[in-house]
Amino acid sequence: MSLVCDNCQEAKATVHITDTIPEKRERHLCKQCAEREGVLIKQTHQTTADILQEFIKHKAGVGEMDDKSCPQCGMTFREFRMKGQLGCPHDYEAFRSFLLPLIERAHNGGSHHVGKVPGSAGSDAKHRTELTRLRRELDEAVRNEQYEDAARIRDRMHILETEVSETS
Amino acid sequence: MTLSELTHSTGEWLRGVGSYSDVVISSRIRLARNLASMPFLSTATVEERTNIYQTLAKAIGEVSNGSNALLIDIENAEAIDRHLLVERHLISRQHAVAEGSRGVSISPTETLALMINEEDHLRIQALRSGLQLEDAWSEVNEVDDKIGKNLTYAFDQQFGFLTVCPTNVGTGIRVSVMVHLPALKLTKEIERVDRAARDMRLAVRGMYGEGTEAVGDLYQISNQTTLGRHEEEIIDDFSGKIIPRIAEYELTARDSLAKHRGAQVDDKIWRAYGALANARCISSEETLNLLSAIRMGIHMGRLDLIDIPKLNEIFLFTQPAHMQKRHGAPLTGEERAVKRADYIRKQMVA
Repeated sequence: MSLVCDNCQEAKATVHITDTIPEKRERHLCKQCAEREGVLIKQTHQTTADILQEFIKHKAGVGEMDDKSCPQCGMTFREFRMKGQLGCPHDYEAFRSFLLPLIERAHNGGSHHVGKVPGSAGSDAKHRTELTRLRRELDEAVRNEQYEDAARIRDRMHILETEVSETS
Repeated sequence: MTLSELTHSTGEWLRGVGSYSDVVISSRIRLARNLASMPFLSTATVEERTNIYQTLAKAIGEVSNGSNALLIDIENAEAIDRHLLVERHLISRQHAVAEGSRGVSISPTETLALMINEEDHLRIQALRSGLQLEDAWSEVNEVDDKIGKNLTYAFDQQFGFLTVCPTNVGTGIRVSVMVHLPALKLTKEIERVDRAARDMRLAVRGMYGEGTEAVGDLYQISNQTTLGRHEEEIIDDFSGKIIPRIAEYELTARDSLAKHRGAQVDDKIWRAYGALANARCISSEETLNLLSAIRMGIHMGRLDLIDIPKLNEIFLFTQPAHMQKRHGAPLTGEERAVKRADYIRKQMVA
């Protein structure tokens, strides 16, 4: 069944809405009309590289930091903006406050590392892997109303969580 | 183990086993690491670069002691060998064509490849057939622990493992899964997968990673967020949600094709078979596209004249560097096209 948009009467309707308030009615809209009405949020798709590129091109307010350089490798912030690559590990320290907004944008708001740290024992990571798996199994057990299984999984999770928090 | 020996078999990632192997070709996990005491490669001098190479080659040697791993000096390797490694997904294209001191250490089963002086000082990657991310992660994690014991990695409390490009900072992990989505391509629903993936902040790329086109309906799905999430959380998202969802979506599209457009699908599959069984000269790209239809045909139970291991062998052995390496001498594009067609015809009747 191919429907025409209720609104423009031209394009193919690809968004189908059922309103229930004030009364039940169905509407069929094309993508453009749905976006215009705010039913569909216009999507912009950016890869991390795009975000970086955009940031690098975006010069407003970066003038004063451009000449700042890393005392270890000598790379300036301007050079980083041109290349998109840092010069040495110390750059993260030297440019920390300038890099943070870029890093947060590139990592979906992430600003602090979680996960492995150098020298951490492997068992901790194994426990975390198991915990993630158990969390999924628990959800499934609850969904299927298998409460005995759920209790067993929860006990196991409790043991692992205690061990992880003791080692970290 | 030598490089030539590699060309006799297809390697781990093309074994055609693992979960969802009717959609998922392979799983890969890589970690990016840098030495704390050295500048990044973007500013390293020739001497520093060589120094990094030697330090890491030694550390890797100690870790893989007795495992018969093969260390290849990429800087001094023949172009054909570098391309062979790209075709086997053991090094990136960038690593093959870059300049200066660099290398790769490969485990005998080709499940593990450690690139030295790629974009970062060290990239540890594990490859598996089908959806086997947990297995890949446990191998990468273990090697990373061992190497990290003898060397000091560049690490910051806030930003985690430090990388040349801030897009990899934090865990430095990239999880990539290669999926075969011919039915979604045929039903033109592939764009929706692409959009959904991007909404989840995943990258969708072609077979050889960054900047490559999707050939043969093969797509690589990978994470872009590396900071603020545990490695296991990222991996679990792929194993538990993202990939099963994409696989189900593709399988539903295959069912729907079988139900509503059976004759057209058979036509596509069998014409592909006919072309491969009869071609007299053929490019590697056309080969990959025709093999895609046949792969779909096998998984849909509509063609059984060849099986997946055989198909994967043709898939890999018909690529340019493999053709020449197996032939034992350089071949021009035209010569390859003829030899490729000859080889495929023999495989199709065998």
